[in-house]
Amino acid sequence: MAVRATDLLLSSGDEEHTLEEYEGRMPRWCTGCGDLAILAAVQKLCRDKQLNREKVVFVSGIGCSSRFPHYMGTYGFHGLHGRALPVAEGVKMRRPDLDVFVNTGDGDCCSIGAAHWMHATRYNMNMTVMMHDNNIYGLTKKQASPTSPKGTRSNTTPRGSDLDAFDPLAATLGMSNLSFVAQAVDWIPELLYKIIKQGYEHRGFSFIRILQRCPEFMPNRFEACVQDPDKLLLLTHKNGIELSPGLAKVYKNQKEHDPLDLVGAQEIAGTSERVPVGILYRNDSVPCYEDLRQPTELITPQLIRKGLETELDKFTIWPSD
Amino acid sequence: MPAKNSKVSVVSKPAMAINEHVVEIISDSGEGAQKCGQSFASIAAKMGNGIWTVEIIPAEIQPPARSIEGASGNRIRLAADRVTNGGDKANLMVAFNEQVLLGRLHADELADGAIILLESKWRTDPNAAVAKSYSNVYERLVADGFKPIEVPMETECLKLVADARRGKNMFVLGLLCSIYSLDMQLARDQISTIFKKKSAKIISANHSLLEAGYDWAEANLDIKFKIPTTPAKEPHIVINGNTALGLGVMASGMEVCAMYPITPATSASHYLSDVFKNVGGVVHQAEDEIAACAFAIGSSYAGKCAVTITSGPGYSLKQECIGLAVMAEIPLVVINVQRGGPSTGQPTKPEQGDMLTAVFGSHGDAPKVVMAATDIEDCFYSVITARRIAETFNTVVVLLSDAGLATAQQPCPRPEFSEDWLAPPIDQSPVEDGRLAYDWQLQTGRVNRIIPGQPNGMHTVTGLAHDRRSCVAYNLTVNKEGVRNRSLKLAALQKTLKTPPVFGDDTGELLVVGWGSTKGAIEEAVQRVRNDGYSVSSLHLRFIQPMASGIKEILQRFDKVLCVENNWSDDMEDDLITEDNRRYSNLAWLLRARSLVDIDCWGEVGEQPIKPGTVERVIRDRLAPRAINKTAPNRAAAGRH
Repeated sequence: MAVRATDLLLSSGDEEHTLEEYEGRMPRWCTGCGDLAILAAVQKLCRDKQLNREKVVFVSGIGCSSRFPHYMGTYGFHGLHGRALPVAEGVKMRRPDLDVFVNTGDGDCCSIGAAHWMHATRYNMNMTVMMHDNNIYGLTKKQASPTSPKGTRSNTTPRGSDLDAFDPLAATLGMSNLSFVAQAVDWIPELLYKIIKQGYEHRGFSFIRILQRCPEFMPNRFEACVQDPDKLLLLTHKNGIELSPGLAKVYKNQKEHDPLDLVGAQEIAGTSERVPVGILYRNDSVPCYEDLRQPTELITPQLIRKGLETELDKFTIWPSD
Repeated sequence: MPAKNSKVSVVSKPAMAINEHVVEIISDSGEGAQKCGQSFASIAAKMGNGIWTVEIIPAEIQPPARSIEGASGNRIRLAADRVTNGGDKANLMVAFNEQVLLGRLHADELADGAIILLESKWRTDPNAAVAKSYSNVYERLVADGFKPIEVPMETECLKLVADARRGKNMFVLGLLCSIYSLDMQLARDQISTIFKKKSAKIISANHSLLEAGYDWAEANLDIKFKIPTTPAKEPHIVINGNTALGLGVMASGMEVCAMYPITPATSASHYLSDVFKNVGGVVHQAEDEIAACAFAIGSSYAGKCAVTITSGPGYSLKQECIGLAVMAEIPLVVINVQRGGPSTGQPTKPEQGDMLTAVFGSHGDAPKVVMAATDIEDCFYSVITARRIAETFNTVVVLLSDAGLATAQQPCPRPEFSEDWLAPPIDQSPVEDGRLAYDWQLQTGRVNRIIPGQPNGMHTVTGLAHDRRSCVAYNLTVNKEGVRNRSLKLAALQKTLKTPPVFGDDTGELLVVGWGSTKGAIEEAVQRVRNDGYSVSSLHLRFIQPMASGIKEILQRFDKVLCVENNWSDDMEDDLITEDNRRYSNLAWLLRARSLVDIDCWGEVGEQPIKPGTVERVIRDRLAPRAINKTAPNRAAAGRH
């Protein structure tokens, strides 16, 4: 394939990539913003995986979360509100050599871009999607988002929001052709890193919802969870996340959950009073759309000529002589 | 040629030589009039006739039988020489029932003295209401001066097949082969081709139906025409506009087409879905129009210039994405096969109503290239040109076609593939130090794009205002630089465009200006009035934005300028309409603004492509002084400046 041939050209030198190489512009998020923790985890992952920076594309939509690509030292695509996923799909379709990450927010993914999310799950293209969920619209300055808890006071819900929060985990676990669903929190860096890493290592559409603190507009939203480890439920499994002794000691609520168990995952997402953290579902056997739609032959001018001539023949009236 | 096994065994009657005819075959949806018409046209084209076919398509998949709105069929203009449009009213009409015929009569589609061949089975229909309806229409036709010929299609077909509904169309093809002296061997070959996936038994049954129709006509009709043929010396392809678009996508070297189903654009994607893989391409049916456009943008960004194909409503939905591609300077080809609008409008009917949306669409200043295919062959070449411009200037190229071109068929010279049509392989070489993401060139505003995979070129593209490094611009002068450069690219492209040629004399009394699919009809109308000695010329635009230089000078050389378009413009004869409030046709708005010439316009928002006869009437009307009482001092004075 033409693209793969170029890989040879691009083989990196032997020098080790440093963490700094993966840094882009100076982040402009607020002090204490959970996005900073996500950025640190992702940069560490890129360094640990020694990714060639030119082969990595971060695609985002619009919102605080979606400034993410600017802060990476890789290629980035900061597009339209809600449309990160279809852009990322287009990038991946004929460039399987590129590592594609998507950064999206609760408004971007669960509201304006919700339809794309459902279909992206079904396409199952190989990309790692981080949904930064701070339960509020931040960039437009405090409006209720679909994941805001009922009663959230915001500029559009001054007397408190009327509806129960939308549950992205339950929603995604009901989608077709699912291949990877996880939940992380910004305040446990070790787990955040491990979960994103597993998402990256999974070949398929890895959807990671990350509970992310917004100190500016939702200062107390996750405070109870941060303060009280008992409010979390850590999902462990030899095929999922294995806790370090230190974490295991602090977070006593643990549940052995096999990531292949979809019904178990749905139960955890839908019924647990505690916030589940870990890999809810992973199925490595779902085919990737870009693999199904790859060209079967090397695309060359000769191939195009041949294909075109065959088509033209179908419609041709030849001179009768 | 007498048919095999013909009981009548006649030597063909002498045929009347004519130069051209417009033939319509109409039936209920599903009775195969389309297939009959297309076959008839193919046979004639193979013999060397000029043809142009127009589909008559009901809006619904299964409209009620025997209903006016359910008429489905094909109009074929058959001529001795090449034709460039569907022509005027029908000279011969074959109708499978009187209701579908009535629809065509209401639409005023029958020429005076047109020959009508009507299925006669309804006269004796057991349902009295049906029989009555039939005889009423028959009486009306007679009263209107037609001489309808009743053809026992059903009775004749039942002699050969059990279900006449599935055979009538080939019987009618036989009738038409007799009437127009077509080569029966070619007709048999045509049937073998169209039914090639069916059993030998079915092919044989259809051959028998064809011959039965031929024999019946030879024995019972005293009409026979011969339209001289000029067999082609070069290979030609017979395709419709949407197939031409699909072939153009293949030939342009594009690898990705992202689309969402919409009428009348979808058949281009249907065609591509079938064959694009043969050249390594992929058609992605996205979850919606926005996703289709965003997917194409992602693919283009990653180095594989992509196309999205849509029609009016889908085009509206893509506007934000189009603005993003303009802003981030990502090549993108957007094909809009226009239909009647606004809103859901008239999905199967042609209209040229989207030009201004194409030019000015998306918020803010979003300069993009807008082209309009002028005929079927141009649909093919325009896609190739569009891809090249998109990648040369890293911008959006909108290609406008319409429902008329989409389904019309015409023979065009077979294209000779050239590797120059293709983009070079994507650049993955390291970016030299110091080169920025948006190194806008001073003279042209152009940027050499950096594609993911290129070492040392890492940057984040953004729809936000940005500087040369693609960093978010928090500074107004930085934004201004980007706005200027994106606009400058169109000016740079404009310098490469040739002034379109004037059809007719370079100067005169009236200049008719059109764009896109109306070229054939306008030029034919202009030729007719020129033959009568009128001082009329025409100008046809393919590039709408940027617009070639020299057009203003051409407009100024004529006493009057009239835009003729398949879109709405207020009629000055309406009581409420004055110079002050008149809404002009799309191109007239644009040309008036560009040239400061007082351009008049005429438009039609109809059910069909504009006919040459209609344009001819408009021209004659505009040249004759009109009695208008309203104060409109400069209305007709597009004088010499």
